[in-house]
Amino acid sequence: MLAVLALFTTSSFAEGVGVGDRAPDFNLLNVDGNYVSLGDFDNARGVVVIFSCNHCPYVVAYEDRMIELHNEYAPQGFPVVAINPNDSIVVPADSYTKMIERAEEKNFPFDYLLDADQTIFPQYGATRTPHVYLLENKGDHFEVAYIGAIDDNYRDAAAVEERYLANAIEALMAGNRPDPEFTRAIGCTIKVQED
Amino acid sequence: MKTLATAIAILLSISYLIVEASNADTNHDEIAIMDFDTFAPMLEQDDSHTYVVNFWATWCAPCVREIPYFEKLYANYKEEGLRVILVSLDNPDHLESRVIPFIENHNLQSEVILLDDVNANRWIPLVSEEWSGAIPATVIYNNSFRAFYEKEFKYDELEEIVLPLL
Repeated sequence: MLAVLALFTTSSFAEGVGVGDRAPDFNLLNVDGNYVSLGDFDNARGVVVIFSCNHCPYVVAYEDRMIELHNEYAPQGFPVVAINPNDSIVVPADSYTKMIERAEEKNFPFDYLLDADQTIFPQYGATRTPHVYLLENKGDHFEVAYIGAIDDNYRDAAAVEERYLANAIEALMAGNRPDPEFTRAIGCTIKVQED
Repeated sequence: MKTLATAIAILLSISYLIVEASNADTNHDEIAIMDFDTFAPMLEQDDSHTYVVNFWATWCAPCVREIPYFEKLYANYKEEGLRVILVSLDNPDHLESRVIPFIENHNLQSEVILLDDVNANRWIPLVSEEWSGAIPATVIYNNSFRAFYEKEFKYDELEEIVLPLL
């Protein structure tokens, strides 16, 4: 009885992963109709997981930069994988159909997956869109190397002073730890249905 | 002719109503746009008031849903010393086109400022170490209490927190 209680307590206080933790695997539907999992990136040096969506203005402000990051770093072994964690009943603009439309409109070069059961974002501890988790391939698993923002100016890409995510990827490629390994940014809450 | 007179009368009364509406709340003609360092003292006011500081934006649906509760809280307890500060994180370019119309349409009585500081990684932890950055987010404090909430409030929840502080 005590053991069960302890187990329950532990799981209810789980707040996702931190830097250095093993990245939770997923198997989610992509906008192209296929399922994508971390295992599909065995040959990559890492994966840039970005919890994202259609409707959030902060995401919209970053879409072009997400495309550029993928085009710059996917060939170097760090593809972007966007995951929409929002409930489409709460936010109809974030439905699977609308994701397909948005991906076509913007010609996303990266995978755009739907966390349909809303089971993946809590394992990562994502709280907002956009919310970045940079993963490093450790051979038999992926490890979280950086959590946070894409850069330090959501509004004006030209005025960015620190490219947190790009710097973190560059650090991994150089065999160093990202510094900073954790940043914060304003974003939209992840939308779930009320109980 | 009678129709024309009626039409003019209606037009006149409509324009009168519009003038009345625009005169109703003149206290929001000027919304202060602040960087974080200018805004920071509003999180540290050491006086007899209890402050509810809410971070929101016009495009944020859960924020917009809870704003009437902050307004109701302010209306009910301003005599008891409650102060509400609604900190808009809207793009300052949208002040005239979105923020001020929102304030007027909802006839907001709380103080509204616009926080214009893009380097959120610097200032988010200065608001609260607990804040991941998602909005809505709210700080409730006075000179003997401080708490941070990254959530959408219901009115009863707000009242439960604030009442013992007044």
